Amino acid sequence: MATILEESGFNPDADLKVVGTNPVKHDGLDKVLGRAKFGADAYLPGMLYGKILRSPHAHAIIKSIDTSKAEALPGVKAVITSADFPEIPQGTGWGDMSRNTIAREKALFDGHPVAAVAATSEQVAKRACKLVEVEYEVLPHVIDVEDAMAEGAPILHDYMRTKGDENALDVPTNVCEKMVSKLGDVAVGFEAADCVVEHEFDSKPMHQGYIEPQGCIADYSEDGLVEVWTCTQAPFVYRDRLSAVLKIDAAKINVQQSELGGGFGGKTGFYAEPLAIILSKKASAPVKMTLTRAEVFRGTGPVSGTKSRIKMGCTKDGKITAAEADLYFQTGPYTGSMYFNAPNAMFTRYELENVYIEAYEVVSNRPKVNSFRAPCVPQIVFGVEGIIDEMAKKVGMDPIDFRLKNAAKEGHTTIYGDTWGPVGFIETLEAAKETDHYKTPVKDGEGRGISCGFWFNRGGETSSTMTLAPDGTVTIATGTADVAGSRISIAMMAAEELGISVDKVRVRMADTNSLGFNRVTAGSRTTFSVGMVVVDNARKCITELCRRAANIWGVAEEEVVYEDGQVKPASSNVGDFEPMSVGEITSKTTMTNGAIVSSSSMNVTGAGPGFGVNIVDLKVDEGTGRVDVLRWTVVQDAGKAIHPVQVEGQLQGAAIQGMGWALNEEYIYTDEGKLDNPGFLDYRMPVASDAPMVDCKIVEIPNPKHPFGLRGVGEVPVVPTMAAVGNAITDAIGIRPTSLPMSPPKLLKLIEERDAG
Amino acid sequence: MAKAHVTTTINGDEYEFLCEPQQSLVDVLRNELRLSGTKEGCSTGDCGACSVMMDGRLVCSCLVLAVEAEGKEVETIEGMGTADDLHPLQKRFLEINGLQCGICTPGILVAAKALLEENDNPTESEIRYWLAGNLCRCTGYDKVIRSVQAAAEDMRKG
Repeated sequence: MATILEESGFNPDADLKVVGTNPVKHDGLDKVLGRAKFGADAYLPGMLYGKILRSPHAHAIIKSIDTSKAEALPGVKAVITSADFPEIPQGTGWGDMSRNTIAREKALFDGHPVAAVAATSEQVAKRACKLVEVEYEVLPHVIDVEDAMAEGAPILHDYMRTKGDENALDVPTNVCEKMVSKLGDVAVGFEAADCVVEHEFDSKPMHQGYIEPQGCIADYSEDGLVEVWTCTQAPFVYRDRLSAVLKIDAAKINVQQSELGGGFGGKTGFYAEPLAIILSKKASAPVKMTLTRAEVFRGTGPVSGTKSRIKMGCTKDGKITAAEADLYFQTGPYTGSMYFNAPNAMFTRYELENVYIEAYEVVSNRPKVNSFRAPCVPQIVFGVEGIIDEMAKKVGMDPIDFRLKNAAKEGHTTIYGDTWGPVGFIETLEAAKETDHYKTPVKDGEGRGISCGFWFNRGGETSSTMTLAPDGTVTIATGTADVAGSRISIAMMAAEELGISVDKVRVRMADTNSLGFNRVTAGSRTTFSVGMVVVDNARKCITELCRRAANIWGVAEEEVVYEDGQVKPASSNVGDFEPMSVGEITSKTTMTNGAIVSSSSMNVTGAGPGFGVNIVDLKVDEGTGRVDVLRWTVVQDAGKAIHPVQVEGQLQGAAIQGMGWALNEEYIYTDEGKLDNPGFLDYRMPVASDAPMVDCKIVEIPNPKHPFGLRGVGEVPVVPTMAAVGNAITDAIGIRPTSLPMSPPKLLKLIEERDAG
Repeated sequence: MAKAHVTTTINGDEYEFLCEPQQSLVDVLRNELRLSGTKEGCSTGDCGACSVMMDGRLVCSCLVLAVEAEGKEVETIEGMGTADDLHPLQKRFLEINGLQCGICTPGILVAAKALLEENDNPTESEIRYWLAGNLCRCTGYDKVIRSVQAAAEDMRKG
């Protein structure tokens, strides 16, 4: 199987006509007219409404569930508990996923689903949930990592032993995994340092904060076929996980993704879908389920809160000699935080010889974490880039020059073993130095922060089909979800390769019955990977168009060429034929062996790493601890921006998400282990009046493995955000905050401590 | 529980519906009348995705009871423009990419229209404070604000 286009065809001097322009996205019109259909916007005949009963306890044994009163309520068509699901052994991946969907032996967090109801209206379903009688034996709970690791801590799973720790005792623990990463010898590295900086940092979980709560409809037909309509970043992954958890053949499940009202990683794993399917089966009717905002906060994945200790050393001329870290990640009640991204990415972008990192993943009585742009990395880079800032100051270097001095370049071998091709970190740093923002002196009373970040960028399994209609227009079916506008970029790449107008191309998000497997939209893989298969589609169609034209003209295939959307004779010797456009050829497919269609499936490799720099100016009100962010510039290497305005949107959105995480957003728990702020009023995301305009500078150091040179752009820009804000606050108040979020009470305390001397 | 009978005008058309007394306007718009362009993001008046106009006033339709719509004029995103006759805001949001996923877009468009009807030359700061009740998680607001500014200019020019 192909993993990459053998000849990417990348040409740095190509005369691109479509790529690099900014056409209006095709899905935009329905969205401004209110016609786009999101997860909650579908309705089926005979549809019922499902509601979930959730645990009010952070940790409790479920002793019994009596559903009889709920079932007796008029209008109730089905009530389900874990007994309606296949029992899969605990401590396995599918067993965890099944139990995260609906609690079996124990409820493990406030908001853990324990039962669900389908009824003729939402109101009846809600009333029925209140009639389900659950007998709990409440257990001591544990919320934070340190407490979960302490001796005598309440244990979530008796079976759990620490993976990857050879010294671990054979006794139950809350530590799921340990990972050690090393390069060289840090003792030697710190010995060589003239300046050593070490801090402890911590961060709280933030929620992905998509504005669309999860919404789905499941229809389990009488012959055992399952149709699911849902807002997802991962239709194929949902299908296969539903198949495994519900023990239904994958071929009997069809998942159709709706328009997605934001995901950011949070819609890579399912919540209500399996419940809706089992309710539909039991009620013999389609079941619609939409989560409330409180349910989204209590029951769906936030990101990992963390504790860390980071130590770095450098020489007096600014060369980093050693870096060391201990990292602890909350994962919620089950493993799966992707904590390993942090050791792999936290220092990656610098040329380091001596590194030692111990990373731990820890369970506690919180909702299971889910992905968020660059999972587990930004909250750790907050510490790393803070320490780098401090080292630069101590040795008297400009913060960008300090980073340039240590920047990794082409040929660098990373801590996870990859050796890089062309990368643009140095060019990104240099471009940041040249911005108007950086050249403008910091205003009196303000602080400025610089930070940078790296993300791997991914490829992965990707399938698409291209169909040429008789009128010469082009339909592409792809199954890698569009989470923020990738369809237009995909259409543009296809149009460029075919030499036709982008108006003649439409990209459709296919259901899982119509296409080969597509991995989740994650890892900044979508435009990169789908671009790869779509160019392959286009090339196959071009070969076929040439064959058909040659056939019509009665000449050999080698005697025709494809140029600018037309097939032409390769030379005047071939014959006097008028060039034929795509439409002219496709209008004659009845005579030439039927429709022109191509299919492409690859496990795409060749993604190029991405780098970004943030420059942030802000003001701290020393009387209240409130921060006003006044200016923000993002500089990032996109390889090649297919649709530059869309790329800017990614950078700007990430900046303001990072601003929220840096300054306000956090999960707050009561002493009883209940989430205390499950709503937008108390969980404070940035609003328009909090944010500045965000200036963007896109650097383009092409990735030659992609036909148009692109790199993923969606995750890099959130990586440096919190460190940039933290460094700017440090610059403003003269003292470094080490705890996220850097909310007014915390900053006020730092200011008071500073003033008390 | 007896349902209430409500007669109201939505986007210029007369509608009649039955609803439970505690049902919100957004619930009825979406789930009874199937006008699903209005979105429900929080049900507590914090996200603005359900913004509609009621008798010329910008409201969160999740905080309005459906029975309160009796005799009122309601305007939703469905009444704002058509593909052939887009409102300047809709046109500019498309051109400037003032939307990414699009879930907050109907609410933002309705709210921004209310602003421009009250003030045809708002400052950036006035736009930001007016739209502070409309959460967007994708765009970072930059292109939202620029789209509103551009539409305001279009409308001033007529």
